[in-house]
Amino acid sequence: MKIINEMNDLFIILTASLVAINASVLGVFLVLRKMSMMGDAISHSVLPGIVVAYYFSGDRTSPLLLLGATITGVLTAVLIDWLSSKAKIQNDASIGITYTLLFALGMIMISGWFSGNVDIDLDCVLYGDIALINLDKVIVDENLYLGPSAFLIELSATVIVLLFVFFGFRGFKLLAFNEDFGLSLGMNMNRWHFVMMGLVSLVTVVSFEVVGAVLVVGFLIIPAATAHLLTNKLIPMIFWACGLGVIAVIIGFYLAVWLNVSYTGAMVTVSGLLFFTVVLVVVLRKKRLSGEYLH
Amino acid sequence: MNTFLDFISFRDPNVIYVVLGMLFVNTSSALIGTFAFLRKRALIGDAIAHSLLPGLCLGFLVAGEKNLIFLLIGAFVTGWLSTFAVDIIVNRTKVKQDAAIGIVLSTFFALGIVLLTYIQQNAGGEQAGLDHFLFGQAAAINRSDVWVFGVIVVLIIAVVGIFYRSFVVVCFNPDFARSVGLPVRTIEFLITSMTVLAIASGIQALGVILMSALIITPGAAARLWSHRLPRILLLAVIFSVVSGIGGAYVSYAKAGMPTGPWVVMFLSIIVFLSIMLAPNRGIVSRISRARRNERKILQENILKAYYQYHEKKQTKKLDQLLTIDQILSIRNFDTSDLMKGIKKLKREGFMLQEGTTYALTTPGQKESKRVARLHRLWEQYLLKRTQIDTDHVHSGAEAIEHIITPELEKELEKELGIEGIPDEDY
Repeated sequence: MKIINEMNDLFIILTASLVAINASVLGVFLVLRKMSMMGDAISHSVLPGIVVAYYFSGDRTSPLLLLGATITGVLTAVLIDWLSSKAKIQNDASIGITYTLLFALGMIMISGWFSGNVDIDLDCVLYGDIALINLDKVIVDENLYLGPSAFLIELSATVIVLLFVFFGFRGFKLLAFNEDFGLSLGMNMNRWHFVMMGLVSLVTVVSFEVVGAVLVVGFLIIPAATAHLLTNKLIPMIFWACGLGVIAVIIGFYLAVWLNVSYTGAMVTVSGLLFFTVVLVVVLRKKRLSGEYLH
Repeated sequence: MNTFLDFISFRDPNVIYVVLGMLFVNTSSALIGTFAFLRKRALIGDAIAHSLLPGLCLGFLVAGEKNLIFLLIGAFVTGWLSTFAVDIIVNRTKVKQDAAIGIVLSTFFALGIVLLTYIQQNAGGEQAGLDHFLFGQAAAINRSDVWVFGVIVVLIIAVVGIFYRSFVVVCFNPDFARSVGLPVRTIEFLITSMTVLAIASGIQALGVILMSALIITPGAAARLWSHRLPRILLLAVIFSVVSGIGGAYVSYAKAGMPTGPWVVMFLSIIVFLSIMLAPNRGIVSRISRARRNERKILQENILKAYYQYHEKKQTKKLDQLLTIDQILSIRNFDTSDLMKGIKKLKREGFMLQEGTTYALTTPGQKESKRVARLHRLWEQYLLKRTQIDTDHVHSGAEAIEHIITPELEKELEKELGIEGIPDEDY
């Protein structure tokens, strides 16, 4: 019995770590592009996509869900772009208008139009259900236990994200640092932008069930921003971000077990505390440096 | 229809509370939210709304029950802390505002979730309803809530009324405000505090996620309709209150429909209608303006082509009949555009058709000369007053000839010393 419990704990940590890695890799680019809130907006806006896909497939693990939500995510990015460029509404307000609209739509679908047909728990929308992932096990050949299905889904998302980032590294890098230079090289930067938004949607969707729509923002942005404070180089920044994300997951997990509270909540809280610690160190060091300079 | 009558006659006392609650909450958030929007700090509202959650939980833990005053105080403290944290991160580190907002929002919210789950494990039945703050539940607004919301809205209206001028200066030009000795930091503190208060009063109805819609959307929609702040504020409040009551009605009329999301839906519909229909800044009016300009430019170019044709032939009168090909030989119009332009000019009495040829009427000739003259005037002006070369002045004149007003024409004549040229000498 103890072994099974430990296995379950291990899979929770592993799954959350994969979420952290997926999100941190993309988060680094979002933070560098000053588009963190775009990640926030997409993570909220995929809700109607998930609900509609769930309604038609009746299955929470259907690939249709991925497709529906990824499309909604990209549509969100398109709508925000349209609002700020064509409708001339300032960018921050465009983001706020878009995601509240889509999230409200999703909520109306869940509790109004499709109520009874869609079994999505609203609380789970907010902070996920990572404790329950072990209920859904994938077993092949009768006895070979591969792990919970959430873990396997997350693993495939990791593979996709890493492949895209590896082969599209040049495009993403130019997007982050010098979009105009990319344009002058004849690259279609708009396409890269939407590829990235598609990946963000994908990560948000697969993480939705595990960590929820709001807390995935914490996974996306906090480790990336912390890494941004620690280094100025892109590749080390990605590794720092992944490392910090995983550390927060592990500490958060044991904290949550100890206090008997939400796993994901504790993980993001720890991640945030790590960030604020680094901020404190940076601020103090700056103060000391400027003090030395004055003397 | 009957439900509608029931709704507006307030036969159900709960309807009164919900409608009054919506009225108060939406008025305060639209008023103060417009200032946040104009300061380009709309998403701070998002951070604040999420950050209220840990404060609510702490307020609950301190009071030991769901006491609205304690909850509001707790929410106020953490909400305020969150804007403080965002400012520190932005001012002291290289992390930009967007990331700072995202970090603060998710950290505080995560802390709130931790506290919420802790309360759920340990506090027993007392905590029931605390999670209403996550998604909001307008139907749960009761008499004492309405009183609290009423006090808050009066407070916010009073503060905005008293400090209106300082708020305006700080929003539009903080540097100027500082230079005339206004206590900018105090005023910003005041705006922030009012924002936190407005959001805190709203989350019971809208929930932490949708609350930012009440802050951002009314101001954004109202801004499209006017340039004058009093009018923007008034419109924002009207939009917000209408949506609030609309949302309350939908959830009253159809059981199971949530209020908050419907309020946001109505607000979004208003903002999209404004984007399309608002005068001047709306898309419809922008497109029709662009169309009008295009048409005017096309017509003037056709008229000018007549002038150029006659000038080449060195005839002083502009009375020749031209075929389409002859016009095209002067200027390379798109043929279908040209036909459309000619049709319009004929209708306006500037052109006549004879078989397959076209001629200018007397007003048409006059107009043609006028356009050519404006073109020349601008070329002359560029040659005399700027360093631009002879072979470069044409393209500038080509663009500006269509927008020179009679007043500007007079100015140019005076500037160039060619006053009082008789009409026939054009």
